[in-house]
Amino acid sequence: MKEMIQKSFERTRLRREIWEKSMVVVLFLCAIFVLFILFNILWHLIVQGISSLNLDFFTHLPKAVGESGGGMANAIVGTFVLLILAVCVGVPMGLGAGIYLSEFAHQGFAQTVRFMTDVMNGIPSIVFGIFAYTICVMPMKTFSAISGGLALGLMMIPMITRTSEQFIKMVPNQLREAGLALGIPQWRVILDIVLPTAIGGIMTGIMVALARVAGETAPLLFTAFGNRYYAHSLTQPIAALPLQVFDYAISPFDDWHRQAWAGAVVLIGMVFLINIWAQYFVASRNRWMSGK
Amino acid sequence: MSRQDTSDIIFRRVLAVFPISILILVAGIFFQLVWTSIPSIQKFGLGFLFHSTWDPVSENFGALPFIFGTCVTSFVALLLAVPIGVGVAIYLAEYAPVKVARVISLLVDLLAAIPSVIYGLWGIFVLVPFMYKDLQPFLGKYFGFLPFFQGPNYGVGFLAASIMLSIIILPFIISVSREVILAVPSVYKESAYALGSTRWEAISNIVLSHGRVGILGAVILALGRAIGEVMAVTMIIGNNVKISASLFSPGYTLASVIANEFAEADTTLYLSALIEIALVLFLVSIVVNILARILIWSVTGGNSKEGIK
Repeated sequence: MKEMIQKSFERTRLRREIWEKSMVVVLFLCAIFVLFILFNILWHLIVQGISSLNLDFFTHLPKAVGESGGGMANAIVGTFVLLILAVCVGVPMGLGAGIYLSEFAHQGFAQTVRFMTDVMNGIPSIVFGIFAYTICVMPMKTFSAISGGLALGLMMIPMITRTSEQFIKMVPNQLREAGLALGIPQWRVILDIVLPTAIGGIMTGIMVALARVAGETAPLLFTAFGNRYYAHSLTQPIAALPLQVFDYAISPFDDWHRQAWAGAVVLIGMVFLINIWAQYFVASRNRWMSGK
Repeated sequence: MSRQDTSDIIFRRVLAVFPISILILVAGIFFQLVWTSIPSIQKFGLGFLFHSTWDPVSENFGALPFIFGTCVTSFVALLLAVPIGVGVAIYLAEYAPVKVARVISLLVDLLAAIPSVIYGLWGIFVLVPFMYKDLQPFLGKYFGFLPFFQGPNYGVGFLAASIMLSIIILPFIISVSREVILAVPSVYKESAYALGSTRWEAISNIVLSHGRVGILGAVILALGRAIGEVMAVTMIIGNNVKISASLFSPGYTLASVIANEFAEADTTLYLSALIEIALVLFLVSIVVNILARILIWSVTGGNSKEGIK
């Protein structure tokens, strides 16, 4: 009897140990699989993209259909124009709301707005494109840089609101109280003491939001629309790097495919650079805080 | 903060414009979409959601094929991504050495930062040829008795789009589940160890059951992401109005039909039908997000990011 119990105990223990060991392997393989996908994508980008990159890509306009050569200078410029417009829309709105939420808002109202920003964050990007189309392209009767910038800017609002609120809240209350004790009005305290203290984090939030919209294509399809030349005014259709990558990727021409890869490398390089730059702001802020 | 200058009151009022306009903006998007899709809503009513005809020539529009496509691709994507994603999250939170976990998390963040058009590009030139040459013939040969793996093999189609979507949502599932798992009080795990359980037993019995609501939240958040994904799907789903049991078949999703046909929409009714699809997308994404937020908030206690102060 005792031996039987002993045996069954041994068997269970063995089974549990095998189970434990094999789960470690399975979970590890999951992680390896995800890394494999990432490196596969990066590898193709580097091999196909870098070999297709040359100086012409940055300095020339696209050639006529079927002709090889040319570049995406217009799209690179267009993307910068669109991002500047997006910043003009997204930063004041997001920062303003962030300051209000952290410094003034009542609990209930703040919670509602936070919830709405989260909801807004989850709205599919193409819906912002359609919205910008209906309020901007339809009345103006033309695709334009403005409508594209508007669509991207709206997408930035929820992200900037949340991050700036967080970082402004992190400013120690003593700083505010010291300012108020000196008789400075609250709005000066916020603008001259609170904001400069939180600026590193706020900038990081802005840059991260910028990196996210820089690669967006869907909101631009029916707003910025794309343009094979430079746009000469903000009320004209304008080219954008992600749009051009999309157009070239689904085209039937080998040379355009090559350029799509090159465009993708430039685009992802841009997105990563903005992200790294964003981290720099946090780092500099931390240095400042610890040096204090 | 008792001092209230006139300047303070003005400052406060001016600043209040911003959060209020966020609320107005969300409502405005809704009303604008409803307003511009009125021709279609009036003509087709609720039947819009249940009709499977999509014929721009005779102006007869029904969104069922796209709803079907979105459901199928999102479901299959979750089926593939959830086990792998939660697995990676567990590995990072419980098994991996701290340094390894940090590096892998960084790389996962990198994956999340890749623009969807680049996923699409990779999909066209790497994933679709792989589907066409290797995966789909293999599935057809060994699992061809299932209706999902029958029919002609084009490479593009529901399955390619689903796999693409699963890759895109993986980083979300990983990072949110990891946060949820880390939020489980370690006392619970330690109690399980003290009772002699192995690491995996502690994870499966204690950590996962404690965090299941939060992980469900992560899954729903990923679902919202999958439903709204446009470019990568449009590039490899094949763009074909068809309801088919076969995953090899080319199809359409709600988002991809807008992306693909909006520029061609030449009549008011066509345009408003497409905008109504955007409205459906908007409403679904709002419901999904609210659900996910409630679940995640209930676990991490009002969003871990907020707890900084």
